[in-house]
Amino acid sequence: MSSLLEVRDLTVRLRMDAGPREVITDSSFDIAAGESLGLVGESGSGKSMTARAIARLLPDGAQCTGSVTFDGTDVLALSGDDLRRHRALVAVVFQDPRAHINPVRRIDDFMTESLRILEDVSRNEARRRAADALAEVGIDDPAKRLRQFPHQLSGGMLQRVMIATALLSKPRLLLADECTTALDVTTQAEVMAILDDLRRTLDLAMLFITHDLELAGAVCDRTCVMYAGQVVETRSARLLHQDPLHPYSAALVQARPDIASTAERLIAIPGRPLSAFEAPAGCRFAPRCPHVQDECRAQDQPVSDLDGGQVRCRRAVELRGSLLDGAHV
Amino acid sequence: MLRFIAKRLSMLVATLFVASFAIYGALYLAPGSPIAALTGGRTLPPQAMAEISQRYHLDDPFLTRYWIWVTSAMHGDLGESIPLREKVSTLIGQRIGVTVQLVFLTAVIIIIVGVGIGIVGALGRGAIDVGVLLAAAVSAALPAFAASVILQFVFGVTLGWFPVLGTGSGFLDSLRHLTLPAIALAATAMALVARVTRTAVREELDKEHVQTAVSRGLPWSGVVRRHVLRNAAIPITTVVGITVASLIALSAVVETAFGLNGLGAYLVQAAQNKDFAVVQGISLVLVFAFVVTNVVVDIAYALLDPRVTLGSRAQ
Amino acid sequence: MSIEILDPVAEVAETSPERRRFGRLGWLGWISLGIVVLALLLALLGPVLRPFDPNTGDLSFSNVGPYGSHLLGFDQQGRDVLSRLMAGARTTIFGAAFVALLSVAIGTTLAIATAWFGGKLDAGVSAGLDVLFAFPGILLAVVAAAVFGPSLLSAGLSLAIAYSPYVARVLRGAALKERSLAYIAALEVQGFGAWRLCVRHLLPNISSLIVAQGTILFGFAMVDLAAISFLGLGVQPPQADWGVMVSEGKSGLLQSYPMVSMSAVLCIVGVVAAVSFLGDRLDAASKDVRR
Repeated sequence: MSSLLEVRDLTVRLRMDAGPREVITDSSFDIAAGESLGLVGESGSGKSMTARAIARLLPDGAQCTGSVTFDGTDVLALSGDDLRRHRALVAVVFQDPRAHINPVRRIDDFMTESLRILEDVSRNEARRRAADALAEVGIDDPAKRLRQFPHQLSGGMLQRVMIATALLSKPRLLLADECTTALDVTTQAEVMAILDDLRRTLDLAMLFITHDLELAGAVCDRTCVMYAGQVVETRSARLLHQDPLHPYSAALVQARPDIASTAERLIAIPGRPLSAFEAPAGCRFAPRCPHVQDECRAQDQPVSDLDGGQVRCRRAVELRGSLLDGAHV
Repeated sequence: MLRFIAKRLSMLVATLFVASFAIYGALYLAPGSPIAALTGGRTLPPQAMAEISQRYHLDDPFLTRYWIWVTSAMHGDLGESIPLREKVSTLIGQRIGVTVQLVFLTAVIIIIVGVGIGIVGALGRGAIDVGVLLAAAVSAALPAFAASVILQFVFGVTLGWFPVLGTGSGFLDSLRHLTLPAIALAATAMALVARVTRTAVREELDKEHVQTAVSRGLPWSGVVRRHVLRNAAIPITTVVGITVASLIALSAVVETAFGLNGLGAYLVQAAQNKDFAVVQGISLVLVFAFVVTNVVVDIAYALLDPRVTLGSRAQ
Repeated sequence: MSIEILDPVAEVAETSPERRRFGRLGWLGWISLGIVVLALLLALLGPVLRPFDPNTGDLSFSNVGPYGSHLLGFDQQGRDVLSRLMAGARTTIFGAAFVALLSVAIGTTLAIATAWFGGKLDAGVSAGLDVLFAFPGILLAVVAAAVFGPSLLSAGLSLAIAYSPYVARVLRGAALKERSLAYIAALEVQGFGAWRLCVRHLLPNISSLIVAQGTILFGFAMVDLAAISFLGLGVQPPQADWGVMVSEGKSGLLQSYPMVSMSAVLCIVGVVAAVSFLGDRLDAASKDVRR
């Protein structure tokens, strides 16, 4: 099955005050049509930037090398009308819905804008489709909501509007960038349920970005873990939890307190997460890794296949199966 | 929305009442007796004095006098100028046209040039932006009366491109005569509007909802029009409104400098001649115009930004 | 429960040190400061240091240009222009300073009082200020001139009163924000009185904003005061004052002798531009400190 999205050796440098800074290094992953891939990492891991690179929404002055291929098209080389067409095919749902909707225009204006301008749909027809989409994401009385302004809706409802809007253009890939982080837990669960349901009915591919490993595990087919701008492990979601291949993934799994057991101390990973440009040579996780050896720091770690997944650790085969044993403080 | 307008209008009426009270009361702060103030210290034959006393109800309590004055004003009767023996409303009527033309022309310049270069500066990069900032800085440093003098000398006396004094007759000639005064009046306001416009548009360009529109593949020109400029219009309208309102008082300076017989210049003359009825009358008109302009700005703001009238009610 | 996700781009941008040449003012800032200092010196010492008597003139030299030690020539009355400029600095600059200080004093008091006590006092004062907003400074000065007779004092007081609501509005916002901070509540609970808290805690913490406002107002006051004198309703001729000089020089200007009016205008514009620029810098600096 050929992939809908192929990311190969993607490296992204952003232009900052102090000069160009690398935020993503040699990252690769695939997403097949209809598949959902979770992209997990802490702050600075480069996960948000990955989504932006795919949607070509990077800030000015950003440099990308490597390749991003969507449905056979080289995304990084697109420009003009082709670029806009690509953007219309890749739907993005952002983290803070309130900031991402124009506060002085009504909901129906926001939802139908794309249809009216890009697809030349009539205003009434577009509004009808918008109402249907709102109903699909579980908003009742869609007609009333369409006439309202964003500040009259709650955060959770706005996020549903964003998802409904994203689906109106019938995308093939949905990029969800921490789209539930700004919501309370109950609403989070509802929105996730909607996303999951829609994904299956519409056969939509999804890149689900989050810092919450367990959340990714619940809704995604496969999970990709990023650290300091690199993909360190890609694995089926379920297996990642039971049998992580990389020390970082293992640490993330263990850091989640288990409601069933009692512990005297919460497990945390010592040190702080780094961005790509702050990382040392050699294995970037080395300073915080409980299994580090001298050779780890000596050279960059290549990605290797293991048990149906990929992992970036020279000791992966050796440590297989033992990463979740014992408590690391 | 209607409730909002009603509230604003009631505040306007309240403010006007208090302001008119202050304007009327100012007369009585003058040293000496009211009648001395009204006559400007001139001595008149006893019969004239008695007549004035009666006409101005000087034997009545202050509040009665104020009430009579205000209610007459609402009917367009602002009393009579003692030195000139003419109705104040007539005197105002003769001169209000010039002031209105001047303010209108200035407002047009401020909006077109100010907002225009502000947008150009915000959307352009590098040299264009720096050029805009520089022009705005120079313009900002020229307050109305300084600009009047400089423009008069450079373009009027030296280059002879525009007439220096007077209002001219006929439409095109008036326009020629009002050009330099309007530019002088507009100088600092233009700079402020340009700067606020540039900042507002710049800020809006960085907003996330603009990014959302781009991420949906919408063409850039449409995004700028429907989201950037539409939203930036809110602070821009406010600053344009404020600057236009301030023109009302500043016109006095420019009219005097350019020898235009508008309301502002006349107000100054009346103040020098201690012609109180005229001072009160023109002050009332100017304050009225100022307050009304501000209310119009408020309403325009509410029309542009629905969050103001509808409030935030998350459901 | 919301978790703040740090944006690595913003984080790095905020921590990288900004290299500024010439300290925080920049070279334009230093020039502006120089102009302001020079103006203040002129205001203080002008009437003493001027080379010739600013008030006596020789009519045979009416509207004659630079001549010998008369570097800027003569005005219509035959008086030395440079001397009149130097002497005139005093009324123009001190007048503006008086207006700025007075309006800031009134505005600050009102702002802190309403921010602290709130309730009816706030509502009442705000309503009063709303009415005051309806009166442009120049209009108030013209009416005052009609009522009390034209003078620098009547013009200055009118402007100060007209400016106060603007100062009060800006400072009230800042004072309210400061008042709502936790440390004020903590001190209140410990029993410190309102006066002490306002003066020793609230006031110093908005002081940079006050100074910035004062500087901006000084610029406006200088222009407005000069305009009012230009109209003949402020400083009265033959007293030397930059605004008066602009008016006095008008007839000369219309006859192609711009020296008097232009030199006065350039002095005013120069000082105002310098003060505005400094004010902008101070405003920006005060924001940096608060961040």
